[in-house]
Amino acid sequence: MQTAQTYRTHFIVLFLMLLVAFLVNLSMGSVSIPLGEIVSVFLGNGASKETWRYILIDYRLPKAITAMLAGGGLAISGLLMQTLFRNPLAGPFVLGLSSGASLGVAILILGASAFGGFFGTMLLSQWSLVIAAGLGSFLVLMAVLAVTFRIKDTMAILIIGLMFGSVTTAVVSVLSYFSNAEQLQQYIFWSFGSLGNQSWQGVLILSICFVMGLLLSIASSKSLNALLLGENYAKSMGLHIKRTTFIIILATSILAGGITAFVGPIAFVGLAVPHLVRQFYKTSNHLVLLPAVLLCGSLLMLICDTVAQLPFSEFTLPINAITSLIGAPVVIWLLVRKRKLFF
Amino acid sequence: MVTEEKHTILEARNLTVGYSNKKGDSVIGKNINFSISKGELVGLVGANGIGKSTLLRSLTGMQTPLNGEVFLNRKNLVEYSSFQLATHLSVVLTEAPASKNLSVLEMISLGRQPYTNWMGSLSEEDKKAVNTALKATETASLAHRKCFELSDGQMQRVAIARALAQDTPIIILDEPTTHLDIYHRAYVLKLLKKLASESKKTIFFSTHEIDLAIQLTDKMLVMAKDKTYFDEPCKLIEAGRFDTLFPKETIDFDGKTGRFIIKK
Repeated sequence: MQTAQTYRTHFIVLFLMLLVAFLVNLSMGSVSIPLGEIVSVFLGNGASKETWRYILIDYRLPKAITAMLAGGGLAISGLLMQTLFRNPLAGPFVLGLSSGASLGVAILILGASAFGGFFGTMLLSQWSLVIAAGLGSFLVLMAVLAVTFRIKDTMAILIIGLMFGSVTTAVVSVLSYFSNAEQLQQYIFWSFGSLGNQSWQGVLILSICFVMGLLLSIASSKSLNALLLGENYAKSMGLHIKRTTFIIILATSILAGGITAFVGPIAFVGLAVPHLVRQFYKTSNHLVLLPAVLLCGSLLMLICDTVAQLPFSEFTLPINAITSLIGAPVVIWLLVRKRKLFF
Repeated sequence: MVTEEKHTILEARNLTVGYSNKKGDSVIGKNINFSISKGELVGLVGANGIGKSTLLRSLTGMQTPLNGEVFLNRKNLVEYSSFQLATHLSVVLTEAPASKNLSVLEMISLGRQPYTNWMGSLSEEDKKAVNTALKATETASLAHRKCFELSDGQMQRVAIARALAQDTPIIILDEPTTHLDIYHRAYVLKLLKKLASESKKTIFFSTHEIDLAIQLTDKMLVMAKDKTYFDEPCKLIEAGRFDTLFPKETIDFDGKTGRFIIKK
């Protein structure tokens, strides 16, 4: 039996691994920076080359923090969705959040030609992408929440989320059919996802979303545990199903919506990490699972990002492709090994 | 003190249960009257589809009755918040827990939710209640097994243990003997009998094991079309209430042995 003591050791080990991955991630990239210099910059002593300091503080550090926030946040929203929908295949994007974000960005990029000229180019700044993606997922979220108030059945909410997804995907394809190659390329680059090019302002907003979502998740951990027995049992133990569903969906939307707005749609982390964690932690208690999933998600994302940098080369691979390349085999491996996917 | 013993804990008056929708109400069971005293074991019997589950859902506050009232400790059920209700009444449902990955101990501990703090951590008192539940249902040896590893019989005992951990004066069970072999059917019913007589729990359960229920229960509620009968089993037999439960050409009730006999 695993006790609180073993969980604590696990968390410490995970945290140390995260720290190592963080430092490795910072030192890797098209320009190699020695670890000693990194430590020196953090201690405020500056680096032997001014460009190194600039690269670290203004590019790699925000990117590494974004990676951790995105990985941890998506993994938590995956855990919330799997418990809420009592479905091992649920992930943060089953509610159609990423499709909503894609729709917002598609309308912005592919529709920008409609405005033309100067106004069109102004629309396409980085912030307008974030706002468009945020608005898109927010609108889909509102629609899903409106449905949750009317419909009691969580499975119906799941299907409605998937339907929203298909509709937005369809609209995106219609839009891309009518747009030119350059715009299409820009949209496709966004859909690859990107952790880089974050301003510190962006990181701050992302952190606020992250902390809000995290607090809501921790606050609902007791309700999440009750939901493991099923809705009827949870109700018989005094749980307000509607209020709980609302809070959990709100937390997921803040986490997944905010992250998608800043880094684009990132696949598989939300789905795969909770299953990975369940392999190592023989408990269903969300108070243990939440921090474990958070640490593992951050760790996985940092590793994916380090791989995507293609160390010692000048290329950077799309992060969305890397998470899928790592995530899909993990889920298949779990299925083959366990023959069953529990949640 | 005698009046204290006969304290009515659960009562239904002219209850009509069913579902209401836009087209109007679809009544499933009506004219339901009964009053159950503390520490009684009561069986609910009736044909498939007669409304046993609907009645149980109405009694546990999961569904609002179409008409009439349910009284819990002489207070109308609708006046209880779901949180208050959770400390008066626990349930054992036909459905398995949604997550099969729960361990037995975790599942039983979840029964303490109405009493635990916002984190759901167990106090000494909670742990004591869980241990009592484990002992009463003889599930202590299963404590660290996962739910997906259990047989139907073991699962049913764990489900009852969870309800016991919730430590409520009333336990309502929906068909606790379905899918069980004859030994476990007898085991579960004897366990319920013991809980009622020794721990003074009031237990109300629906079942298709009419002959076993006749032997064990204090009172029975017989649901027939448009009418329900509530009394002690022997009086129900005398009044011939079981005779009309099922079509006579297929199966007949023998009042002397308290059994159903298949017509050859």
